[in-house]
Amino acid sequence: MASPISDTFYRKPGLLTAVLLAPPIFWLVVVYLGSLAALLLQSFYALDDFSGLVVHDFTLVTYGHLFDEANREIIIRTVIMASAVTVACAIIAFPIAYYAARFARGKMKALFYLAIMMPLWSSYLVKIYAWKLILAKEGIITWVATSLHGQWLIDALLSIPSIGGSSLSFSYIGTFLVFVYIWIPYMILPIQSSLERVPSNLIEASADLGAKPSQSFRTVIFPLALPGVIAGSIFTFSLTLGDYIVPQIVGNSRLMIGQAVYTFQGTSGDIPLAAAFTVVAMIIMGIYLMVAKRMGAFDAL
Amino acid sequence: MRSLFAMVERLRCSSGQVTFRSKGGHSDRPIFVPMTSAVSFQSVSRLFGTVRAVDNVSLDIAQGEFFAMLGPSGSGKTTCLRLIAGFEQPSSGSISIFGKASEGLPPYKRNVNTVFQDYALFPHMTVGQNVAYGLMIKGMNRADREAKATAALDMVKLKDYGTRRPSQLSGGQRQRVALARALVNEPKVLLLDEPLGALDLKLREQMQEELKHLQKQLGITFVFVTHDQGEALSMADRVAIFNEGKIVQAGTPKEIYEHPRTKFAADFVGSSNVLSPEFCKKHGGPNSWCSLRPEKIRITDTGLLSEITSINYQGATTRLALIAEGTRLIVALPATEVNFKIGDYVRLNWSNESFAKMDNA
Repeated sequence: MASPISDTFYRKPGLLTAVLLAPPIFWLVVVYLGSLAALLLQSFYALDDFSGLVVHDFTLVTYGHLFDEANREIIIRTVIMASAVTVACAIIAFPIAYYAARFARGKMKALFYLAIMMPLWSSYLVKIYAWKLILAKEGIITWVATSLHGQWLIDALLSIPSIGGSSLSFSYIGTFLVFVYIWIPYMILPIQSSLERVPSNLIEASADLGAKPSQSFRTVIFPLALPGVIAGSIFTFSLTLGDYIVPQIVGNSRLMIGQAVYTFQGTSGDIPLAAAFTVVAMIIMGIYLMVAKRMGAFDAL
Repeated sequence: MRSLFAMVERLRCSSGQVTFRSKGGHSDRPIFVPMTSAVSFQSVSRLFGTVRAVDNVSLDIAQGEFFAMLGPSGSGKTTCLRLIAGFEQPSSGSISIFGKASEGLPPYKRNVNTVFQDYALFPHMTVGQNVAYGLMIKGMNRADREAKATAALDMVKLKDYGTRRPSQLSGGQRQRVALARALVNEPKVLLLDEPLGALDLKLREQMQEELKHLQKQLGITFVFVTHDQGEALSMADRVAIFNEGKIVQAGTPKEIYEHPRTKFAADFVGSSNVLSPEFCKKHGGPNSWCSLRPEKIRITDTGLLSEITSINYQGATTRLALIAEGTRLIVALPATEVNFKIGDYVRLNWSNESFAKMDNA
C-alpha cells in the first residue's frame, strides 16, 4: 500500500520537476549548447599557414578570411540560393496549405497529410539521386521536352548566364528545383497550422465590415498566417544554407556554405574556418529573424 | 392613371403592416409604420441537411426599432441574424433589407454590421485599426478614418485605448470596441449576436443600459439575439420568441409577458403557472388554457386551500411550490411575507384579470 516515492514527490513537488527535467536539461546544456560553444570557440582559432596545424590562440584572423573573394562569393551564392528557395517554397506552399486548412475535410485531409509527409519517409539521398536522373541530359524532362518540340525552352533556360549550365542537373536551376522539392513539406506544414488557427469569425467580421474576399485575404488571413510562413522559411532558409549534399550531387562545382564547411573541416583540416562559416549561417538567420520581427511578422502570435 | 397608381402606392405604404407570421402561428395586432421595414423576412427557411434551422419565418422589423430575437440555443435565432448579415443564404423564401431584396448579396455588399458573440476583433491590429477597418476598406484616407475611429471610441468611452491591442483589454472593453467597429460604418441595421453573453452580471446590466441609450441616440435599427429573457424584456421595443426554427410569438415585452400565447412562451419568458381550462373556469377565469404569473397570486385568509410542498428562498422574493386540487402552483412572494414551512396549508387568491388566455397548452 505504501508508496514512499510518490508520497515524497507529493510533499516536494519541486523534486519531481527536478528529476524529470534533469536528463533533458543535461542534454540541452551539455550536448546541444556545449557543442555549439565548442564550435564558436574553434572559430576564434586559426590555422598556421606553414604547419597546417590549428593554433589555439584567440584571433580574428579566421573571420578575416571569410572576406577573401572566394569565400565571400560562397556566402553570397548560398544566401541568394536560400532566399530563392524560400520564396519559391512559400509561393507554392501557401495555396496548398490554404486548401488543406480551410477546405479539406475528413478523407481529403488525411490524403493531404499523407501526400505531404510521404516523401519525408524515404531517404533523402535516394530522392536527390532520383532527381539527378530526372534532370540529366538523358533524363525524363529533356525527353518530354524534346517529344513536345520544346527542347528550345530548356536550351534557353540553360543558356542564361550564371544560373544555366551544360544540363539541368549541372546547373543552379537544377539545384534550386531539388532544394524546393526537398524542403517544401517544411513550409507547408507550419503555414497550414497557422491558417487553421485563424478563427473563421474573423473572416466573417472582415466581410461584414465590407472587405471583399481578396481584401480579407490581404488584411486578415495573410497577416495572421505570416508567423507560419516565417516559421516555414526558417526551415527552408537554414536547411538550404547548411546543406552540402544537394549542391554536391545536383549542380555545378561551385561551393555553397555547407560544402565549404565539409571541405574545410575534411580535406584541408581547417576547422576554424569551417566553424567560422557555420557562425556566418547562424548570424544570417539571426538577422533574418530580427528583420522579420521588426516587420511585425510575430504580432499575431 | 398615374395619380391612381400613386394613390394606391401611398395607401399600400401607409398600411404597411408590421406583423409576424409563423407557420401555423398567429397574426399580431397590426402596428402601422409609415416606411418600408428595415428588415423583412418572407417565408424564410434555412435547412442544414435535413434540419430546419429556420422554418418558414416571416417577420418585419421597423426602422429605428430595437428588436430582440429571444430563444433557447438551437432555436434558429442566430441563424436568422446570419441570414440578415449574409453569412448564410436562405434555402427558400426571401429577405429584404430596406426594401431591397438581398438574395445572392454577399456580406460585404450589405449595409448592415454585426457585433459578434465573441467580438471577433482582429488580434494583429490595434484597437484604433480595428475600429477604422471598415473605413479603410472603403478607401477613406488615413486622417479622416482616424478621426472617425477616435470619435467612435469616444462614444463607447474608450477614447484613450486606440493604440492598445485587443488582447490588452478586458471583456467589457472588447465588447465596446466591437460595437464601435460596427457603428463607425454607420450601418442601417446593427446586428448583435448575444453580445453580452460573456460578461459578468454587473457589467452586463451596465452594458444593457448603455446599448439601449446608444440605440435611442443613434436611431439605428438594432437586431439583438439573446437567450436571456430579462435582457430581451428590458432592452427591446419588440421581442420575437423563437423555438425550433419558428417564431412562437412576437410583440412588445409587456404583451409577451402579460399575454403569453403558448406554454413555451409562458415558461420561457419568466415563469408561469399554466392552467387547464377546467381549473381556470372553476376559479374565475375563462374556459381555456391560461397562464397565471406567480407574482399575481396572493396568500389571503380566504380562497383556494393548498399545501406548501417546497420553499425556495431567492433573496428579494421567495418562491413557494404548492398543490391545490391536484394542480401544482408556483407563488412568488416578497421574502419578508414568508413565515411558513413545508407542509403548511394556506389559502390562495388572485384577481380574475390575472388569467392570461392562451391558444393551447
